[in-house]
Amino acid sequence: MDLLNALVALTNFVMIPAIAYGSQLALGALGVTLIYSILRFSNFAHGDTMAFGTMMTILVTWLFQSWGIGFGVLPTALLALPFGILATMALVLVTDRTVYRFYREQKAKPVVFVMVSLGVMFMMNGLVRFIIGPGDQRFSDGERFLIKARAFKKMTGLNEGLAIKTTQGITVVTAIVVVALLFWFLNKTRTGKSMRAYSDNEDLALLSGINPERVVMYTWLIVAALATIAGVLYGLDKSFKPFTYFQLLLPIFASAIVGGLGSPQGAIAGGFIIAFSEVTITYAWKKVLNYSLPESLAPDGLVQLLSTDYKFAVSFAILIVVLLFKPTGLFKGKAV
Amino acid sequence: MTDTMKHSLLFAAVGLLIVMEGVTDWGFFSGSWNSSLVILNMGLISAIMALGVNLQWGFAGLFNVGIMGFTALGGLAVVLTATPPTPGAWSAGGAGVVMAMVMGALTVVSAVTVTKMMPKGRSRALVTIAILVVGFVIYRALFDPAIGAIEEINPAIEGNIGGLDWPVILSWPVGGLLAAGAAWLIGKTALGLRSDYLAIATLGIAEIIIAVLKNEDWLSRGVKNVVGLPRPLPFEVDLQNDPAFVDRAAGLGLDPVLASTLYVKLGYAILFAVVLLALLWMAQMALKSPWGRMMRAIRDNEVAAEAMGKDVTRRHLQIFVLGSAICGIAGAMMTTLDGQLTPGTYNPLRFTFLIWVMVIVGGSGNNFGSVLGGFLIWFLWIKVEPMSLELISLLTSGMAEDSFLRGHLMENAAHMRLFTMGLILLLVLRFSPRGLIPEK
Repeated sequence: MDLLNALVALTNFVMIPAIAYGSQLALGALGVTLIYSILRFSNFAHGDTMAFGTMMTILVTWLFQSWGIGFGVLPTALLALPFGILATMALVLVTDRTVYRFYREQKAKPVVFVMVSLGVMFMMNGLVRFIIGPGDQRFSDGERFLIKARAFKKMTGLNEGLAIKTTQGITVVTAIVVVALLFWFLNKTRTGKSMRAYSDNEDLALLSGINPERVVMYTWLIVAALATIAGVLYGLDKSFKPFTYFQLLLPIFASAIVGGLGSPQGAIAGGFIIAFSEVTITYAWKKVLNYSLPESLAPDGLVQLLSTDYKFAVSFAILIVVLLFKPTGLFKGKAV
Repeated sequence: MTDTMKHSLLFAAVGLLIVMEGVTDWGFFSGSWNSSLVILNMGLISAIMALGVNLQWGFAGLFNVGIMGFTALGGLAVVLTATPPTPGAWSAGGAGVVMAMVMGALTVVSAVTVTKMMPKGRSRALVTIAILVVGFVIYRALFDPAIGAIEEINPAIEGNIGGLDWPVILSWPVGGLLAAGAAWLIGKTALGLRSDYLAIATLGIAEIIIAVLKNEDWLSRGVKNVVGLPRPLPFEVDLQNDPAFVDRAAGLGLDPVLASTLYVKLGYAILFAVVLLALLWMAQMALKSPWGRMMRAIRDNEVAAEAMGKDVTRRHLQIFVLGSAICGIAGAMMTTLDGQLTPGTYNPLRFTFLIWVMVIVGGSGNNFGSVLGGFLIWFLWIKVEPMSLELISLLTSGMAEDSFLRGHLMENAAHMRLFTMGLILLLVLRFSPRGLIPEK
């Protein structure tokens, strides 16, 4: 029995990856939830918006790298991020003007909006593949690790190493900063308050002189920023591939619904719930159990509940359970 | 011009496109009858899928984005019914797999019963979780050795449980049944909730079905693919070696190789057309029947229909299962046409969202519309690639041969098809939301 090693192994293989992945999901789910509460539809193009933002960031990163501009120990992509955000903002605003606004004026049903977002999804997906190609892109540079496994072992004298990737650190820090800014904006500023008012009761908000087009515009701007940041963080941590980003749609939707669609707090909680369950259920627990159980009880197999390829099944199962028992989600979202 | 005439003209135009593909190599046409028949065959299958989706969306307003999953289940049905059983697989692990499945089902059923019978509270939650955990452990204990034994049998070409060795045509209805079963499960949980929830639930189930096909090697050989599936028509090589066939081909002035490939493809086209016509007839009858009118009444105003005593959730479940079964049949037909099951190639953009474009463009709520959409969009899906290649080479003709931008654009021209499909969908939704052949 060696509880300390078990704890380190657990942190290294479960906690740290899950926290990083959870932050990325939470940022994605915040975007979905904001669109849902202001524009009142599930945006199927969100994954591809993330892909577009990441792609623009990667292109600017390459440009910077060719100019020899770096960011020291941090990835160059962080310098390029603002440009990626601006490009995505431009894209979603153009999309809103040319596509969504027409249906808003018509007061179309939510399902029509969803259908339209499918069309937008196709176009963005095609655009991204056209510009950067369908392949895998790695664009992380700078220092790879905050703490290296070997250095940690030497420092503590434990058998198990603990490695924290720079990208994981950046993910968590960025997510905290972004979420804090977002909540400050929604709760303290005039525009943020008008957004919340519009989300709570559209007619009342209109009566008190809130300009809906302005609210919608700010929502898209925020969503573009959130999507790009989430996408770039995910890409730095793993890698960028257009199809993977499209597939992220499912865990992101699951996070938003589990937390309660339309509730920003819920989106964050949902992101972490989904991430932790995905990682814990697909992790092979043999190592941790070997350290924490007495020798006679040590397991023979890998003690992996489900193979990693079933991670979609995990988010899906949680989604179904929540839908069945608490359809409004944990944080009482909207149920239209 | 009457509506009937306009609609017949639309069908004739799409037919002409497919014939042109065979006749001329002008522009983006290839001038090969083989390619023309390939488009026709997949067009027939697409039309059937669109018919199924139209049943759900056009008749009942259900938003199903899990078509890929039901299609893949149809593909699995071909493997499970038409292939010969793997020698020794059933004795090695069949009993274990069946027992594990029964155990899994028992676990779920008892957990559901407990949640229904016991009063709400902490003890109910604890008992349910305990049942699920114990059930899962027993299930894995039975399941793992059984599939291990199956996968060990001749893993290079088999290693899966095999099938029932039935004629391959029978796998089409079986595919429908498998898809219907999955649709029943998902409909039971997600119908009756908001429409977006059904969409997200179906999106999820489709991904899970694909994950199962990719990972459960004992069932579908996973990403190793099942090749050499039996087919309902003779092989080209056998035809070429058959003197009677060669004589007949020579009588028509055809080269035996070309004649044999055309013969097989035409055979498939006839088989698929029979299925399409039968389903189209049934869908038309259903649409005109009191049942169809009830469905549309529910779609247009659920509250009013419920007040008239219609059981909305049950009717939704019914039509959801029917529509998914049609997608399953089409999936089985597609796998039969391909002659192989390749779980790695199922992609939601191609197998789910493209079908949606077909239904919307053709005209949701109109069976003929979705059939037309199926053919037209499939033709475009194939042909947008050469079209965009030509367009880009035209646009970049001023650039230097070795220019980086030109090379990049040419290389990625193929991805324009997704962009074009999105554009078509958006244009139709904006300017002609009722589609080419609108609902009456």
